[in-house]
Amino acid sequence: MSMNALSIKNLRKTYQNGFEAVKGIDLDVEAGDFFALLGPNGAGKSTVIGIVSSLVNASSGSVSIFGHDLYKARNLAKTCLGLVPQEVNFNQFDTAKSIVLNMAGYYGMPRKLALQRTEHCLKKMDLWDKRDTISRRLSGGMKRRVMIARAMVHSPKLLILDEPTAGVDIEIRRSMWQTMKQVNEEGTTIILTTHYLEEAESLCRNIAIIDQGRIVEHSDMKSLLARLHIDHFILDLARPLAQAPVIDGYLIERVDNTILNVAVPKALGLNRLFSGLSEQNIEVTSLKNKSNRLEQLFMDLIDAKKPEGRDE
Amino acid sequence: MNNAIAFRTLVSKETKRFIRIWPQTLLPPAITTALYFLIFGKLIGGRLGDIHGVSYMDYIVPGIILMSVISHSYANVVSSFYSTKFQRNIEELLVAPVPNWIILAGYVTGGIVRGVLVGTVVAGISMLFDPLECQNVYIALSIALLTAILFSLAGFINAVLAESFDDISIIPNFVLTPLSYLGGVFYSAAMLSDTWQTISMGNPILYMVNAFRYGLIGVSDVDVPLAFAITGGFIVVLTAFSLYLLHRGTGIKN
Ligand SMILES: Nc1ncnc2c1ncn2[C@@H]1O[C@H](COP(=O)(O)OP(=O)(O)OP(=O)(O)O)[C@@H](O)[C@H]1O
Ligand SMILES: [Mg+2]
Repeated sequence: MSMNALSIKNLRKTYQNGFEAVKGIDLDVEAGDFFALLGPNGAGKSTVIGIVSSLVNASSGSVSIFGHDLYKARNLAKTCLGLVPQEVNFNQFDTAKSIVLNMAGYYGMPRKLALQRTEHCLKKMDLWDKRDTISRRLSGGMKRRVMIARAMVHSPKLLILDEPTAGVDIEIRRSMWQTMKQVNEEGTTIILTTHYLEEAESLCRNIAIIDQGRIVEHSDMKSLLARLHIDHFILDLARPLAQAPVIDGYLIERVDNTILNVAVPKALGLNRLFSGLSEQNIEVTSLKNKSNRLEQLFMDLIDAKKPEGRDE
Repeated sequence: MNNAIAFRTLVSKETKRFIRIWPQTLLPPAITTALYFLIFGKLIGGRLGDIHGVSYMDYIVPGIILMSVISHSYANVVSSFYSTKFQRNIEELLVAPVPNWIILAGYVTGGIVRGVLVGTVVAGISMLFDPLECQNVYIALSIALLTAILFSLAGFINAVLAESFDDISIIPNFVLTPLSYLGGVFYSAAMLSDTWQTISMGNPILYMVNAFRYGLIGVSDVDVPLAFAITGGFIVVLTAFSLYLLHRGTGIKN
């Protein structure tokens, strides 16, 4: 049996104000995995991550990291873990280099090795030429990369990133994806939360979706995507339309008078849609696949699992 | 080994922090105490008689040095740890395998370094006015060190419990400063009425100031071993309380 990088059993968290943010979560992440933790705002993702990384006290349940129980062998568990938190939490008056170097010190790394690792991680994050800049003067994306470099300085076996690419431009985001892929290929287990669903789709092998403190889905990305049976398309029209056409089997919405948004069940396909449109004398000039499949799934799942009788 | 490295990292970070902002941390005490020495020691003190056989200037020098140690060791830890907590920078220490006692020792040592450094600066300034005496260097240094430890711990507890920037200035302004001024820095308790003398004896700072004065000029209103016992007692209690707060995660963990 391969060892789990992370194993969470019946985890619960009630905050001091009485709010129950995590309501009994079980989660296993295999060593070597690239794992996505998804969920809407306030679902409890950061709370779970906070507990795993010793920032939040759990109310009950157990957590172990590479077999080290967080309560019985906390220091061993901590050494296996690197954390990139959701919000900037380094001292903004320090330089990028000293932030990473100090973290190496906290992990007990001798000076010489610490300097080598700091250089390695900053270079990997494309920050070496910014190493002496006061971090307050770095851009948002750079600050995020400082936190990634800081999390990797002690070569953790498990890297947890809480929305690492929030507020990062497309180009940097793609290069961060590249880096994360590479880090994963080199053997580090990665757990990632994100609201960019394409990110999870293109990076992660396994996925859990959490909503209102509960896991509502826990499976591999492929089989999850296979379960999607509706595609969404955007149609550009040659002539304006006063109202959306009605074609049996398709849900058609008018975005504006020359753009339609069509939900196409895979079983029906596109041919019937186009013959229907031709019959109504509607001329389509172009067609785009709206690639938010995961997003759709996400909404479906969350709607489906809402307890009965709730009216929101 | 790991703990030693973490401790060293923390202390060097703490020391660099206050040295980097020296115009806020090292310069003001130099100026204020130069003024104290000039006004109270020279201008006014010159017209006053001796106290316990020493000139007024010589009498107040130890108190002013120790008062600087108290306020700066306290200020260093309270502001550094509070802003660490406020910026959530403390998370770096919580995520890493740094034991609570190392966190406490690191911040307290930062406070000691600042307190002792400021005390040295102030002592240096006093030498511009009068030569500095030192009757018993061991007593003087050890009580100064213990005082710095004690007030670093107090600053730490204040920072842990503080929920706003106001909370970190209340204790220094409304407790520490009055207790220091009433702690026999500028006068001898023997000059007070019996009632006030008794009340003064309830002020722990009085014991430290007098023990330090004894180390420097050989004059004290209190029993020196008792002063050590009181200071040591407070250190034990505050250390235990700090570790308890860290263990509970008060103010730093949800
Ligand atoms: N310190 C706290 N005290 C009380 N409630 C809290 C606290 N921190 C978080 N919560 C609540 O717990 C719930 C889960 O928060 P959490 O930060 O874990 O969500 P999240 O899934 O990370 O959301 P996001 O995607 O917005 O980051 C939210 O309803 C939040 O308001
Ligand atoms: Mg979050």
